[in-house]
Amino acid sequence: MSLLSLKLYVSRRTLKTEQAIANLEKLFNEQLKGKYELTVIDVRENPEQAEADKVLATPTLIHDSSDVRRRIIGDMSDTSRILNAILNDETGGDR
Amino acid sequence: MPASTVQPIEKMLTYIPGFDYVSKGGLPRGRTTLVSGSSGSAKSVFSSHFLAGGILHAQDAGVFVTFEESPLDIRRNMLGFGWDIEAWEARKLWAFVDGTGTYSEETFISGDYDLDGLIARIEYAVKRVNAKRVVLDSMSTVFAQLPNPTIVRHELFRLIGALKSMEVTAILTAERTEEYGPISRFDVEEFVSDNVIILRNALDGDRRRRTIEVLKFRGTQHAKGEFPFSVMPGIGVEIIPLSAIELAQESSTQRIPSGVAELDTMCGGGFLEGAVILISGATGTGKTLTGMKFVATGIEAQDQRTALFTFEESRSQLYRNAKGWGIDFAGMEQAGKLYVMAEYPESANLEDHLIKIKQIIMEFQPKRIVVDSISALENIGTPRSFREFIIGLTAFLREQGITGLYTSNPANLLGSSISEGYISTITDTIIMMRYVETFGEMQRVLTVLKMRGSQHDKRIRQFTIDAEGINIGAALRNVSGILSGNFIYTGSADLERIHGPFASDQS
Repeated sequence: MSLLSLKLYVSRRTLKTEQAIANLEKLFNEQLKGKYELTVIDVRENPEQAEADKVLATPTLIHDSSDVRRRIIGDMSDTSRILNAILNDETGGDR
Repeated sequence: MPASTVQPIEKMLTYIPGFDYVSKGGLPRGRTTLVSGSSGSAKSVFSSHFLAGGILHAQDAGVFVTFEESPLDIRRNMLGFGWDIEAWEARKLWAFVDGTGTYSEETFISGDYDLDGLIARIEYAVKRVNAKRVVLDSMSTVFAQLPNPTIVRHELFRLIGALKSMEVTAILTAERTEEYGPISRFDVEEFVSDNVIILRNALDGDRRRRTIEVLKFRGTQHAKGEFPFSVMPGIGVEIIPLSAIELAQESSTQRIPSGVAELDTMCGGGFLEGAVILISGATGTGKTLTGMKFVATGIEAQDQRTALFTFEESRSQLYRNAKGWGIDFAGMEQAGKLYVMAEYPESANLEDHLIKIKQIIMEFQPKRIVVDSISALENIGTPRSFREFIIGLTAFLREQGITGLYTSNPANLLGSSISEGYISTITDTIIMMRYVETFGEMQRVLTVLKMRGSQHDKRIRQFTIDAEGINIGAALRNVSGILSGNFIYTGSADLERIHGPFASDQS
C-alpha cells in the first residue's frame, strides 16, 4: 500500500485545531502507523490553497487518492466517521 | 468639549437604475444588507448588478462569493446583461470565491467546526482585488450544505463582523418560501437585521410582477413600499421608482406647432414644449392622424428628432397610411430624424415595454414622441401596472424635457373612458375627439378639455378629415352633454331650424 496522503485545513492554532490534530494522530498511529502523511495547512496563511480546495469550514480533512476524494469536516472527535470515510477505502481489502 | 466621533451612516451608490432613488442614495456603506427573495426573484442579478455598477461607474472592484451557481454559470448568465465578468476578472475588478458544493466527493461531519476557511478566502479575495463591494449568494445554500444550523448561525454572525472589519459594503442574499411570509429561511435576518431588502415575484392577476421593497435601513432613510422592477437584457435590474417620482415640472412657455394650424390657435398658439398631451378619441376620429401630423411638423418645421411608438398597426401599415397624407416616414427615418417602434402590445409586459421605450429615447434623443395608443396597452397588465406605466413614462418625459403625445381610445365609441380618469390628472393637455350624431349624420367634434399653463378655446368644434388632413370648423352651440355621449339640444326648436346646431365661427 502506498503512503496515504492527507491534508488538514485548520485556522490558526485554536483549541479546535489542536483537538483535530491530536484526534487524527491518535487514530492514525493506532490504525495506520508509518503509512500516512498528514499535511497541516493554515487557511489564513494559505488562502489560495484553501480556494483551490474549496474549503469552507475548518478543520477540514481532505483525502485525495487516485479514485476517491472525500472530505471530513470538524474537530475529528467522531473517529468512527473518519474510519468509515478513509480507512475502509484504503485498507478495506487488506483488513 | 471633544468633537463627536459618531459619524452618520453614509450610503454607497449601487448604480442600479432606480434603486439609488428608492434607497435614497444606495446601500449603507461599510455594512451588510440582506436581500431576501423567493426562488426566481432575481437576487443573483440584483447582486451582480451591484458589483457591475461599481465596476462600470466607480472602478470599485467586487468579490462575488457564490454558494449556488458555479462561477462558470454566473459568467455565462450575466453576459446577457452586457457584463463581461471574465474580462473584469482579468483586470482584477472582479473575483470569485467558489463556495459551491463539491458534488464529486462525499462530505462527512465529525465534530465541531467553524467557517474560518470561508472567511479567510473572502479576506484573501477582497485584498487581492482591493474590493469595495462583496456579494454572498445565497446564505440559505450554506445552511443546506452544512448540518447543524446552530453552528452556521453563529458563524454567520462572525462572518458579518469580518465583513465589517474589511470595510466593504456587502449584500447577503437569502431564500424565502413565501412572498408575504417570514423574511427568510433559517432566520438569516436575525444577523443582518439592520438592513433588509425584499425582492418579490408575485402573481398579480395572471401575470408575474416583480417588486422591490426596502424593508428597513437602520439609522438612515429610504422610500417606503413596493416598487416594480424589471430584468432586461443589456440592462440588468431596473427599478421604476413610482411614488418616489415627483411630478414637479419645469413649465415651459415655449410654443411648438401641433401640426394642425387651427388646433394651435385653439391651444393659444401651439402646444407647450415639454408638455404631455393626451388625445382621446374613438376609432376613426383622427387620433392617429393627429399623431402623424405632430411627428411630421416636428421633423419638417422644427427639425426635431421624433420617436413614434405604435401598438396599433404594423410598420408597413403605418408608413402606407402616412403616405396617404403626404407624409414620408421612410424618408424621415432614413434621414435619421424619425424612429419608429411598432410592436404588439402583448409582445412584452408593461414594465418591459416602459424600459424599452426609455432605452430608445435615451439612445435616439428625440424632442417629441408619440405613443399610439396607450389604451392598447391597457389590457395586457393589471390596472395597477398600467397606471405605473403611465406615471413612469410621463415622469421620464418630463425629466428629459420631451414633448409627448399619447393617443387613447375610450372604451365607449361615443362616450368617455373611466380609465382615463387618472391619466387626465397626469397629462398637461387633453384634447377630446368625439363622434356626435346630428340629424342622422355622424359628425366629428373636438375640444381642448384642459391645458395646463395656458388659455385655450373651450368650445366644442366640429371638424372634418379630408385629403389635406384635419379641418377644424365651427363651434357647436345649443347642445350639451356631448362628451358623455348623451347630448340634448337646448334652445328653442325654431332657432335650431334656422341656424342649425352649428354656429359659424366666421360669422
